[in-house]
Amino acid sequence: MNDLMSVVDWSRAQFALTAMYHWLFVPLTIGLSVIVAIMETAYYRTGNERWKALTKFWMTLFGINFAIGVATGIILEFEFGTNWSNYSWFVGDIFGAPLAIEGIVAFFMEATFVAVMFFGWNKVSRGFHLASTWLTSIGVTLSALWILVANAWMQNPVGMEFDPAQMRNVMSDFWEVAFNPVSMNKFFHTVFSTWTLAGVFVVGVSSWLLWRRSNVGAATTSLKIGAWFGIAGMLLTFMTGDGSAVQVARVQPMKLAAMEGLYDGKVGQELVGFGILNTDKKPGDDAPAMHFEVSIPKGLSVLANHDPNSFVPGINDLLQGIELTPAGDTVRTVSYAERIATGRCAQQALRDYNAARAAGDESAMADAAARVAKDFKYFGYGYFETPEQAVPPVTVTFYAFRVMVCLGGILLLVLMLGAFASSFRPRLLANKFVLWAGMISLPLVWICSQAGWIVAEVGRQPWTIQDLLPVTAGISDVPSGSVQLTFWIFAAVFTLLLVAEVSIMARFIARSSRGDIEKDNN
Amino acid sequence: MTELEILQAYWWLLIAVLGAVLVFLLFVQGGQTLLWAGRTEVERQLMINSLGRKWELSFTTLVVFGGAFFASFPLFYSTSFGGAYWLWMLILISFVVQAVSYEYRRKKGNIYGTGVYDGLLLFNGIVGCILLGVAVAMMFFGAEFTVARGNILDAGNPVISRWAPTHGLEAIASWKNLLLGVAVFFLARTQGALYFVNNISGDASFTARMRRVAGANGLVFALLFVAFVVVLMLSPGMRMQPDGTFASEPNAYLHSLLHMWWGAVILLAGVVMVLYGIFRTALDSRWRAGIWFCGIGTVLVVVILFLLAGYDSMAYYPSLLDAGSSLSISNSSSSLFTLKVMSRVSVLIPFVIAYIAYVWRKMNKQPLTPAELNREHHQY
Repeated sequence: MNDLMSVVDWSRAQFALTAMYHWLFVPLTIGLSVIVAIMETAYYRTGNERWKALTKFWMTLFGINFAIGVATGIILEFEFGTNWSNYSWFVGDIFGAPLAIEGIVAFFMEATFVAVMFFGWNKVSRGFHLASTWLTSIGVTLSALWILVANAWMQNPVGMEFDPAQMRNVMSDFWEVAFNPVSMNKFFHTVFSTWTLAGVFVVGVSSWLLWRRSNVGAATTSLKIGAWFGIAGMLLTFMTGDGSAVQVARVQPMKLAAMEGLYDGKVGQELVGFGILNTDKKPGDDAPAMHFEVSIPKGLSVLANHDPNSFVPGINDLLQGIELTPAGDTVRTVSYAERIATGRCAQQALRDYNAARAAGDESAMADAAARVAKDFKYFGYGYFETPEQAVPPVTVTFYAFRVMVCLGGILLLVLMLGAFASSFRPRLLANKFVLWAGMISLPLVWICSQAGWIVAEVGRQPWTIQDLLPVTAGISDVPSGSVQLTFWIFAAVFTLLLVAEVSIMARFIARSSRGDIEKDNN
Repeated sequence: MTELEILQAYWWLLIAVLGAVLVFLLFVQGGQTLLWAGRTEVERQLMINSLGRKWELSFTTLVVFGGAFFASFPLFYSTSFGGAYWLWMLILISFVVQAVSYEYRRKKGNIYGTGVYDGLLLFNGIVGCILLGVAVAMMFFGAEFTVARGNILDAGNPVISRWAPTHGLEAIASWKNLLLGVAVFFLARTQGALYFVNNISGDASFTARMRRVAGANGLVFALLFVAFVVVLMLSPGMRMQPDGTFASEPNAYLHSLLHMWWGAVILLAGVVMVLYGIFRTALDSRWRAGIWFCGIGTVLVVVILFLLAGYDSMAYYPSLLDAGSSLSISNSSSSLFTLKVMSRVSVLIPFVIAYIAYVWRKMNKQPLTPAELNREHHQY
């Protein structure tokens, strides 16, 4: 395979493209499903047709978005096979299970009950319809659970062991795979972020309606619900984000170092609040890591370890093998150069195992299997030539992290302003500054959400499975030209569909603003 | 049989059932190719809205089919999807464009116009059905791939499963594969028409026309299916030998069918139900239940076809390049532990089927009529 790196890069680009497009739509689906269910619950409890109209208004926007989220999702599942076929074999025994469970438990639930949501108003009882709306919401949230379990497992591969006879990893503990702290934290962090996104979406659209002085009652009520819901989502996202930082420090310390642009760590490490990274900096050189920075003293030590006087290792420290234990103690473990050597030993042991197996030499097989087991922890490093190959792209990870956190803070302020105005000072909702803040937050929340995934996924490079399988060894035997072609096909199709989606939504909102939402939707 | 062998057989049965249900639900895709048989805008609206309440089920079944295959037979997932790249990509693209077309086709501001979205539904109906049929046919007629697990230790060229340079296009060009693909296409159209007969009322001329469409497409399907079965019975298959190697065997599927006599009985019963469903609908102007007979018959037939591919020591994915690389349910499955875990999860499947059936029944109590469509807030 002469164009190995080209295939790897284009396969990564295609997966990133699909995932990022998918994540434009899915968070709105998950978060808005809850808001719609809350509104319909109010209708069910009060019998007030106004709530029904609001439910239907937001449900229409939900439906427009739901379809395109489904469309982009199917590609993601199958791309594990089409573009990451080695990966699919090497860990399919573990990774396939959450995907299948996602389908059986979650996808059918949402597909079945979403039809009742849209078409059941005149066919089923009010109670059954409300149950269907909640079941759709539970279904979309459950589907997030299982795909996030799968994603978290790639970053923290637990509950499995390597079987040299099958040349692959096999599951040994399902509960550890499904419900380890990393997967649970990732699930809650992600789902709460979708609540924020949907809350901001509702606030943004409602602000536009109020700016047009249209449907003031419906828009104010929606804005109030969206803002409070968004605040709840944002606070919970911050809380779980704190948990994520602690876990990343333990499980993927190199990712944390990249997020901070930190090369040489220290006790009481500061957190870069704002800074300009020296993009020419390389591991091991003497160049400064930052051109300019405004830092929070001891901030990173607090973030990573909840201890202001703890040590946080940088990229150079990690390459030399200086890490933290789960208890937070600094230790010298295995340097990356040693990991490469150990990984190569594991791979050689596996070759020896295969040779012994072919020769029918059971004693040699047992010996080789024992050597594989001893060194397997660093199996993936055996694919590298130099330790620096195990360092993720620092610039993208560093800036994406800052974009996510800064925008998160700004959005929280906007949501608080919206909640305060709609709940306590309605006249503020006539203030153009307040309404513009709501409208501008619309694109910002998507940028924030995408930045979060960029931190998570770029920061874990070069691994498909942490420490065990780098992206270079996870690919399919497909020519680079074919992957490039499908990349551009997807890029074109997704972009055309996105343009249509945004246009349909904008037209629907604009048309609604010219009428009476509470009458037109009943 | 060992516990592992039992679970491998159980999961192959589940894959067979999912695949069979998917083929039944392709009536949605088949129905999409019949939109142009609607003579008035009202008829087309009824057809699209009738199908629109079911498209997510076929879509979801395809996704779950893929997920279940991944979990239970990951080497197939790795080999087929990564190898027959263009075949699967075309299938996927056709489903991507389907997913948005229902929702967007008549929405104001959809930019490209209703005709484009209807064209995309047609594309999905044709390409989705034919190529899914081709993908299934490869389970009998083989594919050009090799599997060498040791490759993963070669950093310069690490891929385990390798395919012919045409990456799935050669499979589409195979007449045997296309025979099943086109048969599936006409079956889907037939079932689409049967579904319309069952689900839409209030327009006698439309229903009569759909009965004729079902009869005509059903006839073409029946001829193509008979041809496929004859070709299949005359074709060689790759069977695992007692020493674990694979060897090509003439008329292997005929032999398997004779070994699994119960399968032959079910297959025959399924065929009779399919034909009864189609031709009674075509001939009896008061009978509307054809989709159920044809649908259940289809499920029975496809389940047995899958079992023929995978049971009785057959390689369900024969390699045309290297017999030893062929995939069977024993050499491509997940581990015993994972199959056990997944089998516990599969206990949920009856509940899933139960609530789908309950909701379907509740939503379809009355056939769709123009009057009811006018009352709907949410229309496609």
